[in-house]
Amino acid sequence: MFGSGLLKGLGITLKHAMDTFTDDRKGVPSRYVDSIKLDGQRRVMQQPIDQEGLLTIQYPEEKRLLPERFRYIPMLIWDTALGEDLCTACGICAKVCPPQCIWIVRDSDAAGKPVARPAEFYIDAAVCMSCSFCVEFCPFDAIKMNHDYELAVYDRYPQLVYDMEELTVPVEYYAALWPVQYAAEEEVRRKTKEADRAKEEAKALAAADRANVATAEKAVRSPEELQALKEQAAARAAAAKEKVGASAGNGSGTASVAVATSTPSDGDDADAKRARLEELKRKAAEKAKQRKDSGV
Amino acid sequence: MSEAIAVAETVATAPAVSAPTIDSRLPYNNAIPGAVTGKWLTETETALVVAPDKLLALLTHLRDQEGYDFLSNLTCTDYQAYKGKARAGVAERFDVVYHLYSTKKGGGHLSLHVRVPKNDTVPSATGVYPGANLQEREVYDLYGIKFAGHPNLRRILLWEGFNGHPMRKDWKEAYFEEEVKPFKSRHPNGGYVWHEDKLPWGKNTTYPAGWDPDSWQEPVTYVPVSQAPHHDAEGELDTESIVVNLGPHHPSTHGVFRMLTRIEGETILALEPEMGYLHRNHEKIGERNTWLMNMPFTDRLDYINSMSNNFAYALAVEKLANIAVPERANYLRVIMAELTRVVNHLWSIGFILNDLGALQTPALYAIEEREMILDLFEEVSGARLMCNYLRFGGVVRDLPEGWQKKADYVVHERLPRVLDELDRMLSGNEIVKARGRGVGYLPAKDLIALSVSGPMIRAAGVAYDIRRAEPYSIYDRFDFDIPTLPNSDIYDRYYIRLLEARESVKILRQALKDLPNGEIMGGKGGYTLRPPEGEVYVRVEAPKGELGFYLVSDAKPNPYRYHVRAPSYINLNALGPMSVGYKIADAIVILGAIDIVLGEVDR
Repeated sequence: MFGSGLLKGLGITLKHAMDTFTDDRKGVPSRYVDSIKLDGQRRVMQQPIDQEGLLTIQYPEEKRLLPERFRYIPMLIWDTALGEDLCTACGICAKVCPPQCIWIVRDSDAAGKPVARPAEFYIDAAVCMSCSFCVEFCPFDAIKMNHDYELAVYDRYPQLVYDMEELTVPVEYYAALWPVQYAAEEEVRRKTKEADRAKEEAKALAAADRANVATAEKAVRSPEELQALKEQAAARAAAAKEKVGASAGNGSGTASVAVATSTPSDGDDADAKRARLEELKRKAAEKAKQRKDSGV
Repeated sequence: MSEAIAVAETVATAPAVSAPTIDSRLPYNNAIPGAVTGKWLTETETALVVAPDKLLALLTHLRDQEGYDFLSNLTCTDYQAYKGKARAGVAERFDVVYHLYSTKKGGGHLSLHVRVPKNDTVPSATGVYPGANLQEREVYDLYGIKFAGHPNLRRILLWEGFNGHPMRKDWKEAYFEEEVKPFKSRHPNGGYVWHEDKLPWGKNTTYPAGWDPDSWQEPVTYVPVSQAPHHDAEGELDTESIVVNLGPHHPSTHGVFRMLTRIEGETILALEPEMGYLHRNHEKIGERNTWLMNMPFTDRLDYINSMSNNFAYALAVEKLANIAVPERANYLRVIMAELTRVVNHLWSIGFILNDLGALQTPALYAIEEREMILDLFEEVSGARLMCNYLRFGGVVRDLPEGWQKKADYVVHERLPRVLDELDRMLSGNEIVKARGRGVGYLPAKDLIALSVSGPMIRAAGVAYDIRRAEPYSIYDRFDFDIPTLPNSDIYDRYYIRLLEARESVKILRQALKDLPNGEIMGGKGGYTLRPPEGEVYVRVEAPKGELGFYLVSDAKPNPYRYHVRAPSYINLNALGPMSVGYKIADAIVILGAIDIVLGEVDR
């Protein structure tokens, strides 16, 4: 019969409408089963795989729960136990980077001799293609992928050229964001450490207590804590920006891991950062020149 | 073997034209005397070196007598900076490369090299294989090789006033940094190079001598469009045909794409695809990159199907560098590739319907399951679209916990259900039938001649699928059918995708069931990879058609030549012939049913 195909199709549309309606009728709370509550009305939620009706996540009030392996922009890991950056400025990440968006300047001591830590570390987030090769090939677990995707700014430069301060996060943040991978890495480190210790113990008992470095706490966080840590990191980044504004020209160096709650003001922030980057650029050029002159 | 090499060397050093002796040991020389003058790269994929003046005779012979009816790939290599040993003694700078297949016999390809003589001209293959049309224009555009006898030899990806031919090895882009990555200039010694210091609006553009951008006007009526039949004052109404541009920003062109049409009333008299708005010279970037760096760049070709692109590129490099892939990785690759095919076909069905005027409802129902599959991709690879999941020798990450259970649920429960539902909703729909039946017809032999591949030819009754014709990876282990439909119209092109998605589900079920445990990476395919000297052409059955990678290595850390045979691009050969005689509204759907992605068309 002519028109039966149309009617059948309309029946399917109706079924979808009904399914969605029933899903919604089950009430708003069930929409939030297994979701994470943030401040205010905000939620992080996940579409159940057996969802029948259509689900629309009301971004930005509601957000998707990201899987652990989600990759966006790299972050540098700050080892809070040791109080130092894990990066040794070996430059492998910069070499493997397909769009070549990583700049590293190796630090040098007072005598001008290069040391295994970065003085400056930049990632041009506007160029980064989120491929995570830097993470794959880093031999020191010093660079990992961050989940923070709300990076919109008014100007590409300098806001999207991230410096060390903006890139650095404490290892706890990484452990909370990537619990499975972190646990696996810890396991590898523990084994290596154990092997080392066994070797040393066999060598000399006296060296035993030196090898007995307190192993870092294995951090497995709940999603709530994870979210809280994410929020903290955002606040920290904001704080860092503010701090930069206050102390432009203060040079790089220690990354701030302090938690603050203030919000940045965009205009001043950009200018301050531009000024600071110019300063850093000048300093690096000077340093390079010194190194060249001294023939190192 | 050593004999053949000796032959190649002796012939290569002598000028091709004046070679008096014809070596009958070389293939096809009995049929076309003097056509094949030697062999090239006998240690990897052997190619035949063909005399330019005998090329058309040889191609005709191959097409008519030997069954090589499908010109898969036509490209060019500039050997000016070649560092390998094989090129010693060859005077010509360019090789135009042809890859031919037989859709009737199946099996592997025949590779032909034509060394370009002095004046940069070779005979056009369009007379034998009309599908050479767009590819020869691309070679002309990027390499400056002229094809004698080509009906419409204009630039295709770049604009008319572009200075130079960018794929030539001596052509340098604006703000050129270095020949190959990693760029030392961006590394500490010597300070920074900030992108922002190199303002792109400055001295970025140069024009050829004597070319003035202000006085130049684009020719609107050129060959195919101007040759369209005119009907002067037919009937009572005094009508006149006009030229109309559909695009480049028309929402139904699936991206920034232009269809230049000559229409009379609503009827299309001629149609010419215009492209290049998204051109970023992927291949030049690919030659600056190291082998591994290209992997995430392939994601950006057909960005709906990054897994298939990864797959094709990984297979090509593995063949070139002879890297073995562990069993589990093979299965994971097939699972990802088939999930991608389902994603693509759902997307494409939805948007064929969109173009038909069924705005968004079928599309959104179709992509509901696509989102689920993208969730799976995200969990395993970290990204929904730009997966960057495959590596040379395997895959980069193993499945996370619980992934397989979810995938099983999606494959066994959701996908069959949504495919059935789309079938119920759309296949019997009177409007879909009325708009789809008999529209955009082109017979199978024309499609083959135009180098069209994938679902397009299977909807014309040609049961040709590379997974069967020349099985790659582990596709020979799975039980699946190659569905075909006889009518070669819009309706069949819609329906074939539904059927193919069902076959993919079948493969997925088997692959998920048989997925073995074990290693996921084998061989040494890291970022320092240097494949041995040679060339390779590998193609896979991507969801949109035949996706091929033609790679040339001169044993350096960067590909010497990196060419992508993009199915969307070459399928556009058929757009003009398919649209003539139909209405404008039909042309929109005809384009939709080819299923193009501009990331891949423009590269």
